[in-house]
Amino acid sequence: MAGASKAVTDSRANLPFVYRQYSAEQLREVLHKMYLIRRFEEGAEDSYTRGLIHGTMHLSIGQEASAMGICMPLGEDDQITSTHRGHGHCIAKGAEVKRMFAEFFGKTTGYCKGRGGSMHIADVAKGNLGANGIVGGGIPIAVGAALSSKMMKTGKVVVSFFGDGANNEGAFHEALNMAAVWKLPVIFVCENNGYGMSTSTARSTAVKNIADRAAAYSMPGVIVNGNIFSEVAEASYKAVERARAGEGPTLIESKTYRHRGHSKSDRNRYRTKEEIEDWMSNRDPITLFENELREFGFIDDKGIEAIRGAVAQEIADGIEFAKTSPSPEISETGNYVYTEQA
Amino acid sequence: MDAMVRELSYAQAIQEAMAIAMDMDERVFLMGEDIGVYGGAFQVTGDLVERYGTERVIDTPISELGGAGVAVGAALTGMRPIFEFQFSDFATLAMEQIVNQAAKMRFMLGGEVSVPVVMRFPAGSGTGAAAQHSQSLEAWLGHVPGLKVIQPATPYDAKGMLLAAVADPDPVMIFEHKLLYKMKGPVPEGYYTVPIGKADIRREGRDLTIVATSIMVQKALDAAATLEAEGIDVEVVDLRTIRPMDKQTVIDSVKKTSRLMCVYEAVKTLGIGAEVSAMIAESEAFDYLDAPIVRLGGAETPIPYNPELEKATVPQVPDIIAAARDLVKGVR
Ligand SMILES: Cc1ncc(C[n+]2csc(CCOP(=O)(O)OP(=O)(O)O)c2C)c(N)n1
Ligand SMILES: [Mg+2]
Repeated sequence: MAGASKAVTDSRANLPFVYRQYSAEQLREVLHKMYLIRRFEEGAEDSYTRGLIHGTMHLSIGQEASAMGICMPLGEDDQITSTHRGHGHCIAKGAEVKRMFAEFFGKTTGYCKGRGGSMHIADVAKGNLGANGIVGGGIPIAVGAALSSKMMKTGKVVVSFFGDGANNEGAFHEALNMAAVWKLPVIFVCENNGYGMSTSTARSTAVKNIADRAAAYSMPGVIVNGNIFSEVAEASYKAVERARAGEGPTLIESKTYRHRGHSKSDRNRYRTKEEIEDWMSNRDPITLFENELREFGFIDDKGIEAIRGAVAQEIADGIEFAKTSPSPEISETGNYVYTEQA
Repeated sequence: MDAMVRELSYAQAIQEAMAIAMDMDERVFLMGEDIGVYGGAFQVTGDLVERYGTERVIDTPISELGGAGVAVGAALTGMRPIFEFQFSDFATLAMEQIVNQAAKMRFMLGGEVSVPVVMRFPAGSGTGAAAQHSQSLEAWLGHVPGLKVIQPATPYDAKGMLLAAVADPDPVMIFEHKLLYKMKGPVPEGYYTVPIGKADIRREGRDLTIVATSIMVQKALDAAATLEAEGIDVEVVDLRTIRPMDKQTVIDSVKKTSRLMCVYEAVKTLGIGAEVSAMIAESEAFDYLDAPIVRLGGAETPIPYNPELEKATVPQVPDIIAAARDLVKGVR
C-alpha cells in the first residue's frame, strides 16, 4: 500500500516513524484494513461454526499489526509468500474480502476458484504468491522470486512470512543462506506468536530469539514488537530500502500472539487462560494502534465509528457474494492440473 | 487366550497398541509433532504423555527431515522409536531419511545393522484440508525395497499390525486413513499381533474379487452388500500390506471368481492397482480371467478443497457398485 513518503512536518517530528512517514489518510486506511482482517476472520469463523465453510482454518486474530506493518512499505508490484495463517497477509497485500470469502465457501469466484480454500489463499495479481499448507514451504519460494527479481531486474522486493515453528525446518536455513550468499532482495518475516501449534519456542528452538539466527547467515536480525504497527512498519521500511539498494536480505522477528487456538481443533491445553486474556486485553494490536491514532490526532471517535461501520458492511456484502456465487462443476475436477493449451 | 473384546475406535486401538508396546519394552518411545500435551493432531497419542512422560512421548520441533532422521538413528543404535508424521503429506519433507537411509542401511552395510523404526502416517482425503493435507502417498514408499508398508483397515488390524511393526526388525511404514480414526470395531485387550505381509479375505464371494486397501475396504464391503441383493456375489480382499504384497491370496481369489477389480484412494495410475493387475497378469490366474481387470482409484488431480469436488476425486460406494455391475455383466 505504501506510496510516496510525505514531507515530515514539524508538528510530527517527535512522533513514532509511521506518523512522520505517512499521511493521515494512509494511516486511517491502515486501521480500516486491520479491522477488515479482524472482522473477516470473525466472519469466517462464524461461517465455519454454522457449517457454511468446511475443512479447517488458522486465524491470525491478534497479529493484524504485523501483517499491516510489514506490507506498509511494499508497492503493488512487490511480492509476498504467506502461510497457513495467511488471511491477514492476503488482505494487507490488497485482496478483496469478497473473493476470499468466496474461496472459503469453495466457489468459482474465489481467488483459487474453490480449489484451495483458506490454507491456499492467494492473490497473484496483487503479489500474494500464496498461503502454504507446508510449514516453511514458502520460504525458499520467496528466495526464488527474489532471484527472478534480480535476474529480470524488475526491482521487486519479496517478503516471506512464516511462523516461529517454521524456523526449525531445514528449508528455512537453506533459504536464508542462499539469499545472503546471492544478496537477494528478500525479507524474511518470522511472526513469532510464541507457539508452533502446541509447542512453545522455548521447547522447540535452541536460540532465545529467532532473529539470533540471522547471524549465522550474515544478515541483519531485527526484533520488533509485532503488536505495535509503527514498530513493525519501520523495520519493514528499512529492510525494503536495504533490499532495493541491492544490499541483501533481512530477518525480521515480529513478536506477537494469536488469540485463537492453532486451528479449529485446538483445546488450548498448552497455554493458560490468563496468558491469553493478558494479550487480548492489554496488547491488542488494533486497540494499541487506534489509541495512538487518536492520541496523535489522526482520527476521532466518529472516524473510528465510520471505519467500523464500513468494514461491517464490506464483510456482510462479502459473505453474501460468497453465498450466491456458483460452485465449480464436478466435470471440472480435472481443470488446472496442467496448463491449458490452445 | 480369551482376551476381553471391546469396541474401540481405530485411534484408540493404535493408542492402546503403543501403550502396550511401551509397557512391554522400555526401548519403545514415541516421537512426533504435538503428540504430547496436544495429544496429536488426530488425538491418537491422546494422554499417553501423562502416563509415560515427556522422555518417552517426545514433541519434536517442526522438523520432519531431522525428526525422521533422529528416529532412524535411534533405531539403528538399539532403540525402538515410533515416529508420527502429523500428516502423511509431510513424508515428502523426510523422504531422504526414509528412502535413502532407513530403507537401505541394512543392505548397504551388508546386514551388519538393522533399523527397527516404525513410522505412522495419517493419510487420505475427506476432511476438507485440500491438496497438501489429503494425499495418499503409500505407493511412493511401497516402491522402495527395504521398507515394509502397511494399511490397516480396521481397529483390530490397526492394533495388531502396529504391534507386529514394533516387533519387526525392519522399518515399517503405517498409513492410517484419517477418516478411519473414529471407526469403531472389536478389539481384544492385551497383546496380539496381525502379521505383516498377509492379506485378509473380508468377505467371501464367487463372482468378483475386489482387492481394496484402507478405507476402500469398508466401501467395498458396503458395495458388496448392495450387490448381493442383485445377485452379484463379491469377494473382498483387504490387502493390508502393500509391501511385501500377499500375492497368493489375491491369485487364489481371482482363480475362484475370474474377475478382478482394485479399489484404492491414491491416484489411479502408476500405483497399487497397476501392481496388483500386473501381478495377476503375470500369474497363473491370468488364464482364469473372464473379463478385463478394472481399477478404481483417485482422479488424476491433486485433492481439491471444494467438498463436492473432493468427494468426486476418490471412489465412492456408488462408483464401486456401478463398476462391479458392468464388470460382472460383461459391459466392458
Ligand atoms: C511441514 C509441515 N509440518 C507440520 C505441519 C502441521 N502444522 C501446520 S501449522 C503448524 C504450526 C506452525 O507453527 P508456526 O510456524 O509457529 O506458525 P503459527 O501456526 O504459529 O502461525 C504445524 C505443526 C505442516 N503444515 N507442515
Ligand atoms: Mg507460531
